[in-house]
Formats: sequence, structure tokens, C-alpha cells
Amino acid sequence: MEVSEREILVVEKNPMLPQIFQIRSRKQETSDTFTLELEPVEAGVEFIFKPGQFNMLYVFGVGEVPISISGDPEKVSRVTHTTRMVGTVTKAMGKLKKGDLIGVRGPFGSSWPVDKCSGCDVVIVAGGIGLAPLRPAIYYILRRRENYNKAILLYGARTPDDILYKHEIEKWKSRFDFEVYVTVDRGTSGWKGNVGVVTTLIPRAPFDPQNTIAFVCGPEIMMRFTALELIKRGVSENNIFISMERNMKCGIGLCGHCQFGPVFVCKDGPVFSYSQVKNLIFKREI
Amino acid sequence: MKQEKSFYLAPYDLNKVFEYFKSRGYKVFGPTIRDEAIVYDEIASVDDLPVGWMDEQAPGFYRLKKRNDKAFFGYVVGPHSWKKFLFPPVLTLFEAKRENGKFKVYDVNTANEKYVFVGVRACEISAILIQDKIFGGGQYTDPNYIKRRGNVFLIAVNCTEPGNNCFCASTGTGPRVVAGFDVLLTEVIRDDLHYFIGVPGSEKGEEMFVTLGFREAEEFEIKEAEKDVNEAINKFKRSVDLTDAVEVLQENYENPLWEKVSEKCLTCGNCTMVCPTCFCNTIEDVTDLAGQVAKRIRRWDSCFTMDFSYIHGGSVRYSVMSRYRQWMVHKLSTWKNQFGMLGCVGCGRCITWCPVGIDIVENLKLFKESTVKL
Amino acid sequence: MAIETLEKLLAEHPFFKGLKKEYLELIIGCARNVFYKPGEFIFREGEEANEFYVIRDGKVSLEFSSPGKEPIVIQTLEDGEVLGWSWLVPPYYWHFSARAVEPTRAIALDGKCLRTKCEEDHNLGYELLKRFVTIVEQRLQATRIQLLDLYGSQ
Repeated sequence: MEVSEREILVVEKNPMLPQIFQIRSRKQETSDTFTLELEPVEAGVEFIFKPGQFNMLYVFGVGEVPISISGDPEKVSRVTHTTRMVGTVTKAMGKLKKGDLIGVRGPFGSSWPVDKCSGCDVVIVAGGIGLAPLRPAIYYILRRRENYNKAILLYGARTPDDILYKHEIEKWKSRFDFEVYVTVDRGTSGWKGNVGVVTTLIPRAPFDPQNTIAFVCGPEIMMRFTALELIKRGVSENNIFISMERNMKCGIGLCGHCQFGPVFVCKDGPVFSYSQVKNLIFKREI
Repeated sequence: MKQEKSFYLAPYDLNKVFEYFKSRGYKVFGPTIRDEAIVYDEIASVDDLPVGWMDEQAPGFYRLKKRNDKAFFGYVVGPHSWKKFLFPPVLTLFEAKRENGKFKVYDVNTANEKYVFVGVRACEISAILIQDKIFGGGQYTDPNYIKRRGNVFLIAVNCTEPGNNCFCASTGTGPRVVAGFDVLLTEVIRDDLHYFIGVPGSEKGEEMFVTLGFREAEEFEIKEAEKDVNEAINKFKRSVDLTDAVEVLQENYENPLWEKVSEKCLTCGNCTMVCPTCFCNTIEDVTDLAGQVAKRIRRWDSCFTMDFSYIHGGSVRYSVMSRYRQWMVHKLSTWKNQFGMLGCVGCGRCITWCPVGIDIVENLKLFKESTVKL
Repeated sequence: MAIETLEKLLAEHPFFKGLKKEYLELIIGCARNVFYKPGEFIFREGEEANEFYVIRDGKVSLEFSSPGKEPIVIQTLEDGEVLGWSWLVPPYYWHFSARAVEPTRAIALDGKCLRTKCEEDHNLGYELLKRFVTIVEQRLQATRIQLLDLYGSQ
């Protein structure tokens, strides 16, 4: 084992010190997106998180970034992250291979209120990479399918090539108890599915707005339009949840970077109810 | 308002206090003059204090000036605050080393230094208590801060002459020191008199007085000190009613006044550096040339930089207006939502050290006026 | 028989929901049932726009063609949605092509016939325009969001 008992003890006391995880597998999802499955170097350590939470992932010498957890909350022996290569750290992370080590701090932040409403229709609206932080909620819900009425996924991607988790989406589509609608902003040849932004799926989706809880994740503009569209259909503002993104350096409310008016996105969020943030989300540069 | 026990200290008795702590392994930090300003640094004796100096302050203005007496604490506050010792401007959080293609993480903050802070003002104690809440009062805490904080012996000094930019009476954080000290000193200086009244605020403080054998102060000596402290409250040149600041600012995010009040702002970040409560920090990652040893370094950061709010695609707060707004609303409003108190202790540093003299007090008044309800 | 069925179909379609019975009856006079096989064009860019379609079930893609390129799909429309409003706006030509992607059943409404009826009865015209404006607004919003290229890498 690479990390001694003593070092792990130190790690547990200081929330700024990462725990060391090893890459168990790496999967290229799309041209710029990959999924890493990590397991703790120390044997027998369980990683327990709630759907919607995130980790701070540290690439040796390069830096640390907040990445949402995209795996199954019930598989506690490992932790899964789907990351898009957009910055220095995520690009360096994309070059890591099976067996390489990565630093992990977390899990941090609030979670999707998956138990808020039993017997409700649950509508999950994802845009682009926004499907990643919602996937743990999907696993959770499908495992307790009887607790919900309808379960619906509305997913929008840029092009058919940008669709995440393609095989899994096909599997979900084949279930009779999970309605999955996928749309792309730009169709390509051979694409037989929907074309149009994800909000166009909302008026079509068969749910009862009075009795619906919605989880929305994607670019901020997409979440704003989606929330308005859901409200137009009659979903209560208190039952719409979104996941915010802001600059984060610590993940634990100590660095100040992720302030969004009175809240810290890292510890009060990233998941907020729409009613909680609606007064600020339309204001500029908050 | 006599405390349980008050002690009399002659001016040079302070040297005995310093020696007492030095012999017990403490480093003594206090005010001293450097680069024509009063800063906080390690001091050896009373001779290092700014004896006979005072500071003149105005928006964007700070000068040292000779006093007519030999007061030790005859100034207000300088550009430094005590946060630089408790929350260092640069701190290595950990070192990671490559070993056989893997890496290990090492905590490098193992030192256990003890400090005496000499001459802490009421506003500064409030600032420390605020940072205690930030770094030590939430779900996650900063062990480096907590360790340093636990090792501080705090010698406070009452303010008897508030400065031109001071408004601690408005923030309710001064000028009288009421809590959070180990020892509280009040300096009394007249033509023919110079002494300190010392009051213990903790067991450690009491132990010090007893060990050093200072005599108890006479009634009239205490009275003179009390007179000075009581009169201080009437000497403020600045005040503002903060009762509705939280609501006023959060209701005015889109008030065009923000453009006006931030017009001169250079986004230099001076206000955040001198502020005793500003806690924002950023992380830098460095490696050695061989790429074998990596360090994560925490540095003070400022919400006035573009990088501060950078997310993929750009900065959330790209305009100067929005960054000034973030700072001021945070200090006087959203801080309350976050930590239960305001983030301002009325020390006036941000006004003094702003190169263009932007004035948080005057700006708050403008917002209050602009929202007067008919 | 056939007319009765059409009436029922129209009354149940979300686009006509809540429309007065007398108006529905007027509209039925301009309606016919249509069916398209996958790949079949419903209309083509540049052709005269004489009809619009309320989709009962299936899927239709709105396309542009461009020399040397695959056709560009702007949007797909499904059950319960409405296809085409160029019949409302002179000079009444289609700006896109519409092609069935899946077997598609729809009701085609004769534009000329409806235009005449709307001119005769402005109340009917207003009712129909209100419904079309809602759709135009939705499509415009969707197009604007699409323009933002939200998921692009900038």
C-alpha cells in the first residue's frame, strides 16, 4: 500500500488534505468527455455520498477542480466522475490512465432531494454534461421505482455525438417504468431522434405538473429557461431544483470564491430549489 | 465601572510582560514603525513600540505624525491587522511527493508556535472573533487557523482617541474592549502622568499579573483611565446607522448608483488586503523542476480580481461595478446571512488605504438615501 | 362517418382544444386526414404553402438543404404539435422542407379555405391567430436558445 496509516489519520483531520484514490478504469464518453472510476488506495474504505454532491479532484502538481459525482450511490467501494476537458486541470486529468493516482476531497455540498415527494412524478431535465450529476439520482430513483409515480428523463445534447452514457440511455429507454426523451440541438445524418433544444421536450412530456418534482442540471441559461418552461406547465417553484456552478477553491465554504449573494454554492448548494435562487439568478454578475 | 481587579503598570513594566512571555516560549508581536507606517511585527521591548507617534488618516490618506507626548499606543490602526499571523498571506497546505510512479501527501504545518499579540484594539478583537466563526465555527474548519488561534495570548488596548476614518461605534465593535482578551490595558497619559491600568480577561492573564507582582491600581488611577475611555465615544467624526444595511443593500443589487460609487475603483484589492475580516483565499499549485515534489499553496485573494469568479467560459463578475458591489454587499449585508454578523468592524482601513479614497460609509449612506420610502 | 371522425380528432387535438363548436365545424370543412411514410416529404422549401398540419402521431423533421452538405435538421415535431404557418403570411411559400421521420398521421388543413373563412369571420381569425402566435413564440424562444449553442466549448 502506498499511503501509510499515519498519513490517512492526518488526512481525516484536515479537510484541505486529499485522500489518495487510484484510477480503476477510464472510459472516453465523447470527444471531450471521459469517465473515471476511482477506488481508495487504502483497502476497505467506503465512499458514501448523496446524489448531486461533488468532490474536489487533485491532479498531482497541476491543481484541483470541483467535479460532480456521477456514479451509483450504492456502490460504495468506488467513486465515479464524468469530466469534460475544458481547463488545465481537466485536460491533465483526461490524460491519466488506469492505475494512476488522484487526490480526492469530498463529498461536499447539497444533494437532489430524491426523497422529498413520495408518489410524485419525477422529471429529470439534463443539458449536456449536466446529465452527469443527475445520474446518481437516476440510479437512486430506479432502485426505488415504487416510491414514485412517473419517472421521466428529458435530455438535450449539442449533437448526437455529444450524448453521454449512450448504452445506458438505451437500457433506460427499454424499461417500461422510465420514460426517456433525448433531443439534440443539431442533428447529423443518421440521427433519427428529436432535434430541438431540451426545453421543447417539456410541453410534450406526460407528467402531472401539480404533482411533480423536477431536477434540472445544465448550463445556467438552460436551467433558467427550463425552470420557466416547467413553471409555465404548472410545476411549483418549490419543486424545481437546479445545480449551480461557480468558481470553487476549497469546496467547504472557507475560500469565498463561490459566493452567490448570501449563499456559498459549495456548501449551501450546489443543489438549490428554484424558489431559493430565483431572485438572484436573473440578476447580472452576482 | 470597576473590574474585579485592576493593576497598575508603569510604562516600562510592559518590558516585564514581554520578558515573561518570551521566557515561556512565546513570540511577541506588536506595533512598530516601518516604511513610515505602524505595522505589526515581532518586538523585543517597549523601545520597538511607536512611542510618541500618531497616525493622521483621511480617505486615501495616511501619515505618521509626532505626538506632544510619549504615548505607546497613541495611534489608531495601520495597514496591518492580526489576521496575517492567524491566517497567513501565504501558507503551504501540503506537499505531495512522487514515489515509484505514485504520490503521497504530507501535511507540512506541524510547527506549534505561541504568540503574544500586543495592542489589539476593540475593532480588531471583533475581527478576530469574526474570523474565528469563519474558520472555526462551521461544518468544516481550518485546522491551521485553529491551532494558531489557540496559541495566542491577547493583550488588548482601549482606544481613547478614535481616528478620522474610525466608525466602530456605528458597527458596535468599539471603542471600548469588552471581551475576547487575556489582558486589557488602558493607557493614561497626562503632562505629569503615564501609566497603564491592566485588567485580566482570562486565567492566563490573571496568572501573569500575579506572577509579575504588579500592585493593584488605586481608585483615582482607575477613574482617570475610565474617563478617557468614556470620552472616546464622543470623539467620532464618522457614523452611520447600520440597522437596515442588510436589507437595503440586498434590495438594491440593480440600483444604478453602483455605477457611480464604483466609478473611481481601480480594482487594486487594497481594501481587501487591509481588511481585518476579509478571508477569501486562492490556491496555487507548484512543482519542482523535476516534477517530483508538488506543493499546494494558499494565498490571500481578492474579490476585485477577474480570476476570482472565473468559471469555464469567463468571469462571472466581469465589470468593475459588479466586483465593487460584491465586496461592499458582502461586508455590510450578505455576511450577516452567511455568518450571523456583519463583516465590517468599523476600523476604517479600507477608506484610508484606498488609493482613490472610496468611502464605504458614505456609499452606504447614498444607498440608504436613494431608497428612502415616501 | 368520415366527417364525424375528423371532428372528434380535431376537437381532441391540443391545438384546437377549447375552440367553439361552431368554429370547429367551419374548420372541418377545410380538413382532411393524411398519412406519410418515413422519408416522405410533406412539403418542400419554395413550394406554395397551401396547407398546415396538426400531427396526430409520428415524427416530422424540418429541414434545410444546402449543396454539398447533408440536409440540416432544424427541429423535429411530434404528436400533438403543429406544422407550418407559411400559409398565413403572404406570399405563402414554404421556407423549410418537412419530411416524415416515422410513420406520421396528421390532419391537413387547407390554408386558402381557412384564410377565406377568417376574413369572413374575424372572431375565428383572432382565435386561430392567438393559437398560432403561441406556437410562433415557442419556436422563436427555442430557436434563440439553440442559437446560444449552450453546450459548445466556446
